[in-house]
Amino acid sequence: MNYINSDLKVVGTRPIRPDGVEKVTGRALYSADTRVAGMLWGKILRSPHAHARIVSIDTSKAEALKGVHAVVTSKDFPAIKSEEAFVGEGPMNFRDLSDNIMARNKALYEGHAVAAVAATTPAIADEAMALIDVTYEVLPHVIDVDDAMKADAPVLHADMFTAGVNPKPATASNIAKVVTFKKGDIDAGFADAEVIFEGSYTTKPVHQGYIEPHACLATYNPDGQISIHASSQGHFMIRAYTAKLLGLDMADIRVNPAEIGGGFGGKTLIYLEPVAVALSRKSGKSVKMQMTREEVFRGSGPTSGASVSVKLGAKKDGTIVAAQQVLKFQAGAYAGSPIGPGCMCGFALYDIPNIDVLGYDVVSNRPKVAAYRAPGAPISSFAVECAVDDLARKLGMDPLTLREKNAAVNGTKTHYGPTHTNIGYTQVLEAAKAHPHWKAPVAEGHGRGLAAGFWFNIGGESSATVHINEDGTVMVATGSPDIGGSRASMGMMAAEVLGIPVAKVKAIVADTASIGFTFLTGGSRVTFATGMAVTQATEKVVDQLKARAAQTWDIPVDAVEWKDGKAFPAGTNAGAFEPLDLAAIALKQGRTGGPINAEVSVNAQGAGAGFGAHICDVKVDKETGHVEIVRYTAIQDVGKAIHPSYVEGQIQGGAAQGIGWALSEEYIYNDKGQMENPGFLDYRCPVASDLPMIEAVLVEVPNPRHPFGARGVGEVPIIPPMAAISNAIKSAVGVRMEHLPMSPPKVRAALDAAG
Amino acid sequence: MPKVVLSSGSASLGLTGGVTEFEVEATSFRRLILELEKRFPGLGNQVEESMAVAIDGEIYQDAYAAELRPGSEIVLIPKIGGG
Amino acid sequence: MAKQHVTATINGEAAEFLCETQQTMLDVLRDVVGLTGAKEGCASGDCGACSILVDGTLVCSCLMLGVEAEGTSITTIEGIAQGDHLHPIQQKFLEHAALQCGFCTPGLIVATKALLDENPNPTETEARYWLAGNLCRCTGYDKVIRAVMDAAAVMRGETV
Repeated sequence: MNYINSDLKVVGTRPIRPDGVEKVTGRALYSADTRVAGMLWGKILRSPHAHARIVSIDTSKAEALKGVHAVVTSKDFPAIKSEEAFVGEGPMNFRDLSDNIMARNKALYEGHAVAAVAATTPAIADEAMALIDVTYEVLPHVIDVDDAMKADAPVLHADMFTAGVNPKPATASNIAKVVTFKKGDIDAGFADAEVIFEGSYTTKPVHQGYIEPHACLATYNPDGQISIHASSQGHFMIRAYTAKLLGLDMADIRVNPAEIGGGFGGKTLIYLEPVAVALSRKSGKSVKMQMTREEVFRGSGPTSGASVSVKLGAKKDGTIVAAQQVLKFQAGAYAGSPIGPGCMCGFALYDIPNIDVLGYDVVSNRPKVAAYRAPGAPISSFAVECAVDDLARKLGMDPLTLREKNAAVNGTKTHYGPTHTNIGYTQVLEAAKAHPHWKAPVAEGHGRGLAAGFWFNIGGESSATVHINEDGTVMVATGSPDIGGSRASMGMMAAEVLGIPVAKVKAIVADTASIGFTFLTGGSRVTFATGMAVTQATEKVVDQLKARAAQTWDIPVDAVEWKDGKAFPAGTNAGAFEPLDLAAIALKQGRTGGPINAEVSVNAQGAGAGFGAHICDVKVDKETGHVEIVRYTAIQDVGKAIHPSYVEGQIQGGAAQGIGWALSEEYIYNDKGQMENPGFLDYRCPVASDLPMIEAVLVEVPNPRHPFGARGVGEVPIIPPMAAISNAIKSAVGVRMEHLPMSPPKVRAALDAAG
Repeated sequence: MPKVVLSSGSASLGLTGGVTEFEVEATSFRRLILELEKRFPGLGNQVEESMAVAIDGEIYQDAYAAELRPGSEIVLIPKIGGG
Repeated sequence: MAKQHVTATINGEAAEFLCETQQTMLDVLRDVVGLTGAKEGCASGDCGACSILVDGTLVCSCLMLGVEAEGTSITTIEGIAQGDHLHPIQQKFLEHAALQCGFCTPGLIVATKALLDENPNPTETEARYWLAGNLCRCTGYDKVIRAVMDAAAVMRGETV
């Protein structure tokens, strides 16, 4: 059923989330908040070297230390054969995932796990780690993507022969894969162009920066039953990957989802759980593990750093006729950067007849990259949106007008193949043009920038159960960890379908033993896919409620209708019966057939793509190079905002992360390939005093594939900020910042160079 | 017979010898995979594991039943994830 | 080495605990006393997720030793609500949807209490600078600041 044009009573309102009180009182239990009596503390020993052969590991002294109950190395994990998969929302090989959580032959990055201990106190665990003797043969390392592609670069994997090249190369390199996307005839396009702009851009690796470090509590029982308590973006993924990496049956592993303190894509992989289970198995006790902030930076997957070049060709009237892009992404220690989406997203916003995109997936000695909000797209759009802006300048055109003129619309064929359908980009640009921010005069000394972004959003597998309690109140259970308030939206959709107040509906996140398989929380999929499962399950429950009323009244079921939380006889012919509400029907549930509930599992398809446009005003301090964000507006098509506050929250949060990526965040490496700023002091995320209010404007172009018209919203907002800010800086002081982050020393240097 | 386009952004080109457009007797994604595997051994599996299919612009991932109609635009693209 | 015996007041109740000399107050709260509302985000005083009040002063509990609590009055997030009555700050955080994952929320609420105890009528800028020690990665701070300003107005009796 489709509620897109209905009069909605609950969906679209802003109730207080069901898990809110426990979060503001400190009662909510996150990954590290649970303890069991007699548990051990597990810690991981990590490589100090960016690239080294592990010659030997001697754990005997550590094992002998009083208070140490188990020590594990890669010997305690089965050898996993090469198996390509889609892991943690990106391509990865299970063999690589196994190697990542515990190095086998080589340490491939500073922070790579080489051993782990479990001891009665954290202090003893630390002492034990110091007693583990690892002999390394230090090898030359390489970090930067351009360096890693050079012919003389140290090679990480002797069996890496670039895929996607014909013929296959004979020598191993760090280039895992090459991808290309073409549309039309790029050479003819440039020949036809009257104005050309070319730019080269670089971005540094940045971390998702979730405030909650990875943590878990694992118990291996003597009968082989395992329980894991951990936060994640997908407890079913924890179960699956733990089973895979340890060679166990999934039914023997039960994962209980703790509340999660941020993920943004970084918690779609696993790092600790299989290690904790291995330690628990060896010691016979529960093992708790918790990464320090330093470990999160050194040992968990951030994004790619990248090099991107863009060339655009246009007619004098602003019609873009040719667009070319070359992207080189760091994958980290193993293949699998988001180069595919990076290649697809940059030009997806434009209707250009001739496009040529070339992308490289390149390994280097840093942690394997993990997904980070619209993986690949922010980097790609940084380059494209800066180039489009400079093209506008060359053409003497307003940047919004240039985008409008070349905007992708329904029917635009993308360069990666599919034709856009049911998109809302022009509506977003119209909303930007009409917005007071765009119309306001730019203050003296300030500069204004505009940039846009696109993300596919995904659907996928979700399960949901809806139960009617014996008193007529309602339980909704799903398998989607709640990162941003999704429980509220699930309850709201169920309440809407039932026609009851949302206060009568309780939404929970069920563990892996209590609900059907559900793919992870990410890809902006939960409101779409899990919402679809919840809606369908609720509709099935409504069918049952009608059937129970029919039985109670002894009339045919098609003579019953459901409205506003009650069963009514459909018309006077059906009989003059008083309506029956949920409580009345539930009271008699046994007599009418038993408990009333439904479970639905879907593999949701047709997730609506999202577009965003951001407007940013900055003020540049010419003396210090500091860039102040003076005003920020983020406009996005959200399909239908189920709970507008949480939709706004996603947009504001994504924009803030993009602002950090633009202005201050980066991994700083020394010449040994070690990260020099693995802490929040020197890895500078935006703080409250760095930002103004962020106005989120919700444009609702419904996605017909979702019962309420919702589109995914969480990822799009991180895409436009970097270019919006670079464009604003250019407007303010006339210099183009092409290298991220646009931190004060870099801006100052650019101002100096400009004279 | 529906016409299927293999987006050039995949490493599958090696398996097809550079061919990117096929006519395939298939009305579902599942049938398509089986037909491609017959025609280019290894391609069907690769498509199943690492690609999504965009049908008239809508993206389907891991959906055997996705319907392929003769007039539809059918493009195979790399799988999409998210963060 | 024998543990240290510490006596303090925690959230208005007399408390005593044993801890090791090197244990931080954060570790003591979480692992000894059992109050897990204060969170470890960085253990180096940079994120504010572990914020508590010590004799009314805002402190990162990860930068304080458990033994330093001797004779002090400690307030944690668990002590902000009055029985089953949420504090206006907590209520406004909920109404404004000023939390998404909620991990930084305890620290932010405690820090906000310290702000409004000292300055009941802060400007938006003053609030932002005071709270600059509390990192939030989810919200972009917009709704947080709105909640803080609204809570301040409630506490001044200007609104409900």
